[in-house]
Amino acid sequence: MTGAPKISVRGLRKSFGSKVVLDGLDLDVGIGESVVVIGGSGTGKSVMVKCIIGLMEPDAGSIKIDGQEVTGLKRGERERLMRKFGMLFQGAALFDSLRVWQNVAFGLIQGHGIGRDEAKATAIKTLGAVGLDPEVAELWPAELSGGMQKRVGLARAIAAKPEIIVFDEPTTGLDPIMGDVINDLIIKCVRDLGATAVSITHDMASAHKIADRIAMIYKGKIIWQGSSKTIDQSGNPYVDQFIHGRGEGPIKMEVRAL
Amino acid sequence: MAFVARVGRVVLAFLSATGRLALFTLNAVSHCFRPPIYVNLILRQFVDIGYYSLPVVGLTAIFIGMVLALQLHTGFNRITGGESAIAQVVVLGMTRELGPVIAGLMVAGRIGAAIAAEVGTMRVTDQIDALSTLSTNPYKYLVVPRLLAGVVALPALVLVADCIGVFGGFLVATYKFGFNPAAYLQNTADFLRTDDVVSGLIKSAVFGFLISLMGCYTGYHSKGGAQGVGAATTYAVVSASVLILMFDYILSALLFSS
Repeated sequence: MTGAPKISVRGLRKSFGSKVVLDGLDLDVGIGESVVVIGGSGTGKSVMVKCIIGLMEPDAGSIKIDGQEVTGLKRGERERLMRKFGMLFQGAALFDSLRVWQNVAFGLIQGHGIGRDEAKATAIKTLGAVGLDPEVAELWPAELSGGMQKRVGLARAIAAKPEIIVFDEPTTGLDPIMGDVINDLIIKCVRDLGATAVSITHDMASAHKIADRIAMIYKGKIIWQGSSKTIDQSGNPYVDQFIHGRGEGPIKMEVRAL
Repeated sequence: MAFVARVGRVVLAFLSATGRLALFTLNAVSHCFRPPIYVNLILRQFVDIGYYSLPVVGLTAIFIGMVLALQLHTGFNRITGGESAIAQVVVLGMTRELGPVIAGLMVAGRIGAAIAAEVGTMRVTDQIDALSTLSTNPYKYLVVPRLLAGVVALPALVLVADCIGVFGGFLVATYKFGFNPAAYLQNTADFLRTDDVVSGLIKSAVFGFLISLMGCYTGYHSKGGAQGVGAATTYAVVSASVLILMFDYILSALLFSS
């Protein structure tokens, strides 16, 4: 990492009722860097990205984007800031009342005020970049397979050329081949845009592939971070247990009877 | 002590729910007056709420008008000379009371449920979060068009329902009880005053607001997948219906107090 970080998170805290989800989390992401945050279910991954992107307001702590504090922003400033972001949701979250191209062009038309025809042309070009034919543009999201929906979601996230892209479990629910296709597309899109990427996943193959740096979250804190090449020699028992998928180890799954 | 604690919890839950609804309402209404306003979305909602509710509202209105004339005839038979008042009571009952309430309740069932289900599904599939990440305010895009369309569409529907209801009463009075058609219509027209109709339309505008508001509110705050959306739908219809009857009394007391 060189220079000032694109995203700088310090002491982030968030609780729901008595349940502490984020417990003083620190994370820096450099400009143009791809950071993957790994961790088990319920460790606070999703809450962390929701706080960074502004869908959730943290209880305490600071989040700086390009050096600007973004917690507690007013709605108008928040909407302006959102233009720097693109997000690929876990379930793609396509608008099912709109056609595929309208989904992809949505941010261009609504957020950037680009004309309908021009936005449609951009949408079709972006769909091409994720390997989808122009015919797909006229379909409805419900007519697509899971992998195609993810690709459309990716096209929608990158259509407005964001500076920061957030990927929420990009390969979850896909077969291994389609998962790898999505990984390749993510790498290509992030590189082409020169964007900064933050991903969360528990798929180690995906993390290895798309990450410059991997950080592991456990109980609301980052407990280890390092380059994706060094994670196999991390020497951290928590990381070792997670990347090898062992049931036994320092991480105890909290299984309780309902 | 356990009993006191339980009462306290219920009171607290009620107060926080009321507060949440009040904040939601304020937020939604304030967005009605700030650009951007999505005119084509408002028109589409207007067609959904107004035009497509015509059959169900028309059918209920004609039967309500018919049964009103039937009941009044049997009732007024007990009073000497009371029979001649049927035309007047039917038109007054329809315009002031039954038109708005019946149309309101039917639309609450049809549209309140549809809004809650649609917005609720968008919530649980992250589509509302996706709107935010594409620099679009969900209040402006989802809530405002439905509120405005509800406020305009319901009075229009009620105007139609009034006419059909009076026609239903006319049919029963003339064909079943042998009233003179010309005299019946003359009685109706002579008796009806503008403020009877206008007060009914004011009521129905409020009902339209309540229906859209409860649909959006319960959908917007639904959680937990299919079950949550189902609960939101039920709650939207029940709360809108109760509120309609409650506000019907309050508005009647205010509008007709003089």
